[in-house]
This record gives sequence, C-alpha cells and structure tokens, in this order.
Amino acid sequence: MTFDYAFILSTLPAFLRAVGVTLQVGLIAIGTSLLVALINATLLVFRTPYLQRLVALYVELARNTPLLIQLFFVYFALPALGVKVSGFAAAIITMTFLGGAYLTEVLRAGVEAVPAAQLESGRSIGLSRWQLLRYVILPQAGILSLPSLFANFIFLLKETTVVSAVAVPEILYTTKSYIALYYKTYEMLAVLTLICVLLFLPLSLLLSRLERRLQHGQFGS
Amino acid sequence: MASSGLELLWVSLPQLGKGAAQTLSISFLSIALSTVGGVLYGVLCSLNSKWLNTLLRVYLELFRAIPVLVWLYLLFFGLPIFFGLSLPSFWCAVLVLSLWGASEVGEVVRGALHSLPRGQREAGLSIGLSGPQLFGYVLLPQALKRMTPPTINVYTRIIKTSSLAVLIGVVDVIKVGQQIIERTYESVLIYGALFLFFFFICYPLSAASRVLERRWTQA
Repeated sequence: MTFDYAFILSTLPAFLRAVGVTLQVGLIAIGTSLLVALINATLLVFRTPYLQRLVALYVELARNTPLLIQLFFVYFALPALGVKVSGFAAAIITMTFLGGAYLTEVLRAGVEAVPAAQLESGRSIGLSRWQLLRYVILPQAGILSLPSLFANFIFLLKETTVVSAVAVPEILYTTKSYIALYYKTYEMLAVLTLICVLLFLPLSLLLSRLERRLQHGQFGS
Repeated sequence: MASSGLELLWVSLPQLGKGAAQTLSISFLSIALSTVGGVLYGVLCSLNSKWLNTLLRVYLELFRAIPVLVWLYLLFFGLPIFFGLSLPSFWCAVLVLSLWGASEVGEVVRGALHSLPRGQREAGLSIGLSGPQLFGYVLLPQALKRMTPPTINVYTRIIKTSSLAVLIGVVDVIKVGQQIIERTYESVLIYGALFLFFFFICYPLSAASRVLERRWTQA
C-alpha cells in the first residue's frame, strides 16, 4: 500500500475551501439558531399565551426527528410545494430548525435554574419585565447555560457533515467526490480524519475539560 | 390528492415496513450493544487505573471529535482497504452506532458512578465484597436512577442517527421511501410520513426520560 503524497498535496486547496464551507455553514447555523432560541426563550419566560405552546411543539418536533429527514424534506419535498432552495440554503434552514430547538431547550433550562428568589427580589424592587429579563435573568441564565451552549455549538459544527448529502461542498462531500473521481480512497480518508481531528478535537477537549471541571465545582459551592 | 396519498401509503405499507424493520433492527442492536459497552466503559473508568483511563479517554475523544457520519464512511470504505475486511453496510452501521453510543452511555455511567458518595465503595470493600459484587450489588443499582433518564436520551439520538445508514447504502425506511418517490413523485407525502415515523418513535422516549428525570431528582 503506497501513499500518494503528491496527490494529497494537489487536493489541499480544495480541502481548504471545504473547511471554509464547513465553518461557514456551521457558524451561520450557530448564529441563526441562537437568534431563534433567544426569541423562543423570551416567549417562554414571559409565558406568552398560544405562542409558548407553539414553541413547545416546535421544540419537540425538531428534537425528535433526524436532521437527515429534515434536510431531505426541505431539499426534495419543498420544491414540490413550489419552494426551490439550493443545497446551501437547505443546509442553513435545516440546521437552524434543529439547532434553534436544541438551544431553546438549553436557554429554558438555564432560565429555570435561576433561583426564584432572584425574580421575586427583582419584581419587588419594581423592575419592569424587560429590565428583569435584561438585568436579572439573562446574565445569570447565560452563565448557567454556557457549558451546554458550547457543547451544542460543537454538536452543530459536527452535524454540518450531514449536509454533504445535499451536495454542499464541505469536507465530507469533497472527500467523497475525490474518492469517486480518482479512487484515492485511503489518501482521502486519511485527509478527512486529519481535518476532523485538527478541527474538532481541540474544541471537544476544551469541552471535556470544562464539563469535568464544572462537575467538580458546581456553581456556588 | 389526500385520498390518493393515503392510498399510496396504504399500498406501500409492506414495502415501507421492510425498510422500517431494517432501521429499527439497526437501532435496537446498537442500543443493546451501547448499553453493554457503556456500562463496561463506566465501570472501567471508575477502577482508577491510569493507563486504562488514558486508553478510554482516547476512545471517548476520538468518538467525540470525529462525527458519526465520518466514522460510517471511514469504516465502510476503510475496513476493506486497510484490513481486507468487507463488512456489509448494515453491520457497519451497527458497529459505528454501537461504538459511538457506548462512548455516550459510558460517559453517563461514569458521571453517575462518580456522583456516588465515596463511603459506599469503602463500605462495600470493607465487608469483603469482590469487585464484581461491589459494582453489581452496591454501586450500579444506586447509580441507576441517575443514569437512566440521560441514557434514554442517548437511545433517541441513536435512533435518529441510524437514519445516516442510508448514506452508506443500507436499504432502510428512508431508501424505500426514496424508491417510492422515484416512482410516484409524492415527495411531500413520503418525507412527511418518514418525519412522523421517527417522531412517533423518539417522542415517547424523550417524554419518558423527562418524566423519570423529574420524578427521580425530586425524590
């Protein structure tokens, strides 16, 4: 078994672009998911009638179905309803749908973890609802949710590999195309593994450290 | 269209059922193997052996850093080349999902065992229990309440992730659905049905996990 280093070198520019696409899809999806989650969490905190039930329904639907089915629905079924989307748009839409639900859950759990006395004291000194949200709930819930938020960001970044199924030229799709074109299977699998390790391992190590540290010293103790 | 759509689903039911059986077989096998592997991982982690912990840590981080879909391709394309071993795509999916699931369940078990008071282990050892007795009769039963709800959540993730098997060529419920779409162009109906298929399997599990968690953390 010989390793074709010259071939690997020749694919490097394409893989650099692919890493760019992975990061682009991942970061955009993280941003839009966070936006969706913030809106949802606000609706839940204020117990907005009807809308809060709608948010709960959305969270359950998105969290209990596979990303791949959601992706195929948006990419293959929506055109039949007259909505045509590109692979890239389908990827962002679907990952926002999924990520928004996960992050809503994270923020909701964070808000619930803020002690009730905090809210009562806020109200008793006459804060308005928005002031309560802005100065009491969000700062504390934000800190409490930080590890879970971070874990979900990494999760979303890794989930971008699934969008290779609708021909978004990210790292996995690029690997598959090169294997199909040149049969350099093990060179390309090695490059893919290396990219994953370089891209995701530092993040996941950081997360493991954060989680184990928090396990030792819970907040406030 | 509504009646013809339902009719299509009705006549496709045997075909979809076969695909669903593949999807569910992959999920159940992976869940069973993940559970066994995960408990083993958790127990091995709490033995406090330095080289064993390093080994398990490498295993965990590899499955955390490399996405499941990438693992599927690595094993599906890589095993035949590197080891001359050609695994059918079905078993390839079971293998990857089990290894990944075991790392996830394993972290849950490790955390639950870690959270038990130290005195439990010391008391068990001091009355002369062997290692297996200590874990089988003292530590694992106590950790059970803490680890069950998050483990059920891992199960739902395994079921959802089993959908990726279609991408390495397993003729699962999604593939069957796609074949029906190729024939009938009913993409909205079929993908809608697939969406609901997964939802009605995963939702009861997530709901059960939430109920158990609420009940057992208050007690």
